[in-house]
Amino acid sequence: MTDVVSISNLDVSFATDGGDVVAVDDVSFTVGAGEIVAIVGESGSGKSVTAKTIIGLLPSTATATGAVLLGGRNVIGLSGQRLREVRGQDAAMVFQEPSTSLNPVYTVGWQLAEGLRAHGKYSRRQARATAIEYLAKVGIPDPDKRVDFYPHQFSGGQKQRIVIAMALALGPELIIADEPTTALDVTVQAEILDLLRRVRDEFGTSIVLITHNMGVVADLADRVVVMYQGEVVERATVTDLFSSPQHEYTQRLLAAVPRIDVGRERTPVAPAEPVVVADALTIEYAGRFGSGSFRAVDSVSFEIAPGEVLGLVGESGSGKTTIGRAIGGLTRVTGGSLRVLGHEMRGVRERNFSAVRRRIGFVFQDPASSFNPLLTIAQCVAEPLEVHGGGLDAATVRSRVDELLEAVQLPRAFGDRFPHELSGGQRQRVSLARALALRPELLIADEPTSALDVSVQARVLELFSELQQEFGFAALFISHDLAVVDTLADRIAVLYRGQLVEEGPSAHVLGEPEHPYTRRLLASLPVPDPIEQRERRLELQSLDHEE
Amino acid sequence: MAQRRLLDRLPVVHQLRQSVGLQRGMLVAGLIITGVFVLTAILAPVLAPYGYSQLRDEDGTFGAQQPPGPQHLLGTTVGGYDVLSRVIWGTQTAALVIVVAVILSIFIGVLLGLVSGYIGGWLDRVLVVVADAVYAFPSLLLAIVAAIAISGGQSSFWGGILAAAVSITVVFIPQYFRVIRAETVRIKSEAYVESAKVIGASPTRIMTRHVLRNATRTLPLIFTLNSSEAILTLAGLGFLGFGIEPTAAAEWGYDLNKSLSDVTSGIWWTSVFPGLAIVLVVLGITLVGESLNDLADPRLRTRRRADSGPHPTADVSVVPGGTVDDLAGLDTVEHRP
Repeated sequence: MTDVVSISNLDVSFATDGGDVVAVDDVSFTVGAGEIVAIVGESGSGKSVTAKTIIGLLPSTATATGAVLLGGRNVIGLSGQRLREVRGQDAAMVFQEPSTSLNPVYTVGWQLAEGLRAHGKYSRRQARATAIEYLAKVGIPDPDKRVDFYPHQFSGGQKQRIVIAMALALGPELIIADEPTTALDVTVQAEILDLLRRVRDEFGTSIVLITHNMGVVADLADRVVVMYQGEVVERATVTDLFSSPQHEYTQRLLAAVPRIDVGRERTPVAPAEPVVVADALTIEYAGRFGSGSFRAVDSVSFEIAPGEVLGLVGESGSGKTTIGRAIGGLTRVTGGSLRVLGHEMRGVRERNFSAVRRRIGFVFQDPASSFNPLLTIAQCVAEPLEVHGGGLDAATVRSRVDELLEAVQLPRAFGDRFPHELSGGQRQRVSLARALALRPELLIADEPTSALDVSVQARVLELFSELQQEFGFAALFISHDLAVVDTLADRIAVLYRGQLVEEGPSAHVLGEPEHPYTRRLLASLPVPDPIEQRERRLELQSLDHEE
Repeated sequence: MAQRRLLDRLPVVHQLRQSVGLQRGMLVAGLIITGVFVLTAILAPVLAPYGYSQLRDEDGTFGAQQPPGPQHLLGTTVGGYDVLSRVIWGTQTAALVIVVAVILSIFIGVLLGLVSGYIGGWLDRVLVVVADAVYAFPSLLLAIVAAIAISGGQSSFWGGILAAAVSITVVFIPQYFRVIRAETVRIKSEAYVESAKVIGASPTRIMTRHVLRNATRTLPLIFTLNSSEAILTLAGLGFLGFGIEPTAAAEWGYDLNKSLSDVTSGIWWTSVFPGLAIVLVVLGITLVGESLNDLADPRLRTRRRADSGPHPTADVSVVPGGTVDDLAGLDTVEHRP
């Protein structure tokens, strides 16, 4: 097999305000023709930087040494015209966020043609014909009509298809896909992975796939390169890697991936007066002048008993976050009824609700922005104590803060640090500490782990369930990831386009899903096991044929 | 956190250490000019050979339009004042006007911007319309109207300074207002403000503790840029005859006005030196402001290239962005050689 890319002894370092930082340290690997190689690693492991080096996309602050041979040419040191020749023709790139990698003011046909005309002589008509041809190849319906559409007229998955079409149109030997499905929902992710597999099979294109999702790796890759802190720690074929991981880090990484386990033991919750009762809850956002309002949540009914964890699952736009915000009093309820700790939230006034707030804790999705950057960790955690504590003196507050930090397994000394000095996982623990400061009866966790790496996520989830047992609060756990919800929730509610399609005990919902959407959601979730994943893929395809 | 020395955390010093190459040169040049300006203003009574309104010494009157010589290093004006002394005393007037104007406008502008941005609604709409209206008005014209209204046609030292300062304030409040309002609106939707809300913190507490401190990081930039504009407005007022009388204080714009007729008759020293003073001070302060602006934005900030060879560890946490008043501190910032 001839190698499309061979990277040997690659070092990349960046000049930053904090001195030089080595992002990639002595990395070597090759990609054969028609092969899919996955580069796996956590954020900051240097996987994206390695991939960007292949097509010379490093920023000016970076310095690369070593050799990256692409089609017999060393890319490092190329610049200007010669680098442009390499880009597109020898290797093309598919980015993470499809909505920002397309220019919103040009039609997709124009953007496809732009790439073609940069690399060869095409008349306007030829370029357009080629654009339509490739749109059809990546599965865009009505390509001859939709070639004149603008990016905003496509869905996220379709946009990613178009980006892949743009990459394909120049017939590169290699496509670099940098987290191509991270921004997409699981069901769409399955479609895009399918498309990438077809691209390899039909066009013989090699693919370098960068991802942190072990399920995606198991689904698509032939060989895997595991990176950790800028170094390659393991190279293996996909079956070997999952069946017998060699390096300690790989083993940890695989162990941390949450899996759905229907047989998990769950302690039943004693029946009691529920803390949250939603009855035909409807939330509408006012539309722009002239257009109707947008119904984000459409007559949803559920209950949360004291001490129970309800997992709320759904794709983006399904209204799950809106429900969480409504319970926290951040979004107005426009129809039906929502009772939180005995208070009706429809038409609630802030003055009457502020007393209830001390009984509710909230953990936000993004650990980077949920703390005031100018306050220390101790000040952040102390905030609820100061607001509701009724004049506790500073020493008492500080000792409570220390207790809370200990409860979330952080050293006391962290109290004097600032949020940016903590890692994402540590910040999310502080977030938990702050939410639990007043020992709330209800905790709303809005995707608390979706911004974290897998191994960090595993630790935070573990901590969450320990704390839940210790403090005994009821929780609404919002997530898009069924496997994550499965590790925590007593009951699971599945949302689809604002409607509750299925609700019940976790084992039931995951074990014998009734609604076709839940079944589809379950089947789309790639499992970190290449053999099992192959079977599931067939299952998903048969589900598609049924519809 | 690692105890970073206080010196590094001061706004301008921090930026100075961060900068390299041309950006550093611009910043240093600006700082030197501004430093000389401030020192001259403070030491004016010591430095100036004569008073700003002095027309005679023990040898008799100075005489009008004397060329530069040993008696009067930069000559005398048409009114018989010593040019060098007028230029030096003028720095004091300029500095005072900057201080008074900026203090007045910063407090009102920040307060209005914060309240308007956070509370929103009709109050916000009214304030934005008013600010836009003031913006749309020619600023010098507005300053003239304000100067007349305040001084009532009289001219005294403080009256003149206040007139100039307040008229500049009227023009500047909308700038501070807009910047702080925009920041407030952005910060209002940040997760940490929402998390303060779900905790149950009162709006006043959220505004002062969470929004205000995070919204003021761009202020040093506007501060420096506005200072140079304040000098130009003051000089403009003086030039047009709405400034301070020569007996009350020295003012460059006034001197320029009086030297208009000299220019055509070959008397260059009366106009060149006050004009040069205005240009230099505005240049200096603008250089500082623009450099701070570039350094505050990580995309515009130039860095040393990474050198090849042995490297420090890879796990240094990289803090994105630097800010002007980064009190939170970037403890990873190392001393640059």
